[in-house]
Amino acid sequence: MSETVSAWQLIATGDATLFAIVELSLAISLAAVAIAMVLGLPLGAVLALTRFPGRTAIIVVLNGFMGLPPVVVGLTVYLLLSRSGPLGELGLLFTPTAMIIAQALLVVPIIAALTRQTVEDLWLEYREELTAMGVGQGGRIATLLWDSRFSLVTALLAGFGRAAAEVGTVMIVGGNIDGFTRTMTTAIALETSKGNLPLAMGLGVVLIFLILLINAAAWGVRMWSEQRAG
Amino acid sequence: MRASASDLPLTFDDVSLTTGAATLVDRLSLTIGPGAPTLILGPNGSGKTSFLRLCMGLVSPSKGTVRWGARADSGPGRRAILFQKPVMLRRSAAANVAYGLAQADCPRGQRARRTEELLDRVGLLALASRPARRLSGGEQQRLALARALARQPEILLLDEPTASLDPAATRFVEEIILAAAHSGTKIIMASHDLGQVRRLAGDVVFLVRGRLCEHAASDDFLDRPATPQAAAFVRGDLVL
Repeated sequence: MSETVSAWQLIATGDATLFAIVELSLAISLAAVAIAMVLGLPLGAVLALTRFPGRTAIIVVLNGFMGLPPVVVGLTVYLLLSRSGPLGELGLLFTPTAMIIAQALLVVPIIAALTRQTVEDLWLEYREELTAMGVGQGGRIATLLWDSRFSLVTALLAGFGRAAAEVGTVMIVGGNIDGFTRTMTTAIALETSKGNLPLAMGLGVVLIFLILLINAAAWGVRMWSEQRAG
Repeated sequence: MRASASDLPLTFDDVSLTTGAATLVDRLSLTIGPGAPTLILGPNGSGKTSFLRLCMGLVSPSKGTVRWGARADSGPGRRAILFQKPVMLRRSAAANVAYGLAQADCPRGQRARRTEELLDRVGLLALASRPARRLSGGEQQRLALARALARQPEILLLDEPTASLDPAATRFVEEIILAAAHSGTKIIMASHDLGQVRRLAGDVVFLVRGRLCEHAASDDFLDRPATPQAAAFVRGDLVL
């Protein structure tokens, strides 16, 4: 009980350590989702609209990768970025950039797979009309992505939830360095094992609150824009 | 993208369209030239929609050739089609028309003005900012008509555009179609309404079970049908 009280005190007094961690976590996860969006939306749309040998295999792999174990992604990125790895020269291991890359890799399959499904369903409806208007492949992708924008918000949220909540990848590639690569989830894990339960709980509360807040905001935007666009 | 050569006359040379075991269009040969609207008549399942899809080039014939002008490979640049259930993009009414204009290579600077003109032409100017999917069935039909006219088509294909409209809405749509016809657009329109033939048609293509039963000037078709099926259709008997 006293831990809960202390947790709220940390939040209420604007504890600097706590808020630095929150800020870093948000920045990393939002950057990862932004990158995953830039890659995942077109990838999903292209898969929805094209037919080529091996397409089914790619879709199956993509759907499967929605449940990719974060520690495995972390390990892979670790091997790529470590001193002796192929990208070791860049010196990115144990930096926020490495964490963004790793989280983006986790999120791309989620966004791409959900986009593929959404766009393919809409394409069935739009195909004849767009073909009759002579819309080229690029225009089709842009039109379908734009017209499924409300459903795609859900895909982005799913991706953000995944990125913000996972601990395995950022722990491995970030190293949980105090004041540099410590995120909410890695801090919770660390503080819990140290027995510093107030900070762990405070972070837990903030994490849940932020995820709810972002979902609520996205939902609000969706409702509002759907009202306007039909 | 827009070819300069004319898409007319539209020629069907022994055209068949089959899917699986079903024959949708059966060895159809005819020529549709410029002039007054051509109405495609026939009972349900006679192949009217398939015929229009072939005219648009949305499907390729299983056998035979469709030619636009003298070409068998014309893109859809000079044609537009109004489907029986048109798809409304998830945007405002005005944005739907603007989309059609953009696809028809209308310069960006002219789109706003042209959108307004087209919406006005179909009586939807007051609803310009309304989401297209919130419009009523009749309004959607008119919006789709505006979007099709945005392409300034040489051939406008219409699939029973007034099938679910009340008389006032039907009259409104027919007036828009006639105005387009007078300004030089060739209208090819599926219908099963004989009154519409009287009001609009220059000639009639009468299809039964995918086959061309009769192709005649509308007066001849109405007054002196040459085949027993057409005679029965004109009398108002059920043609099966």
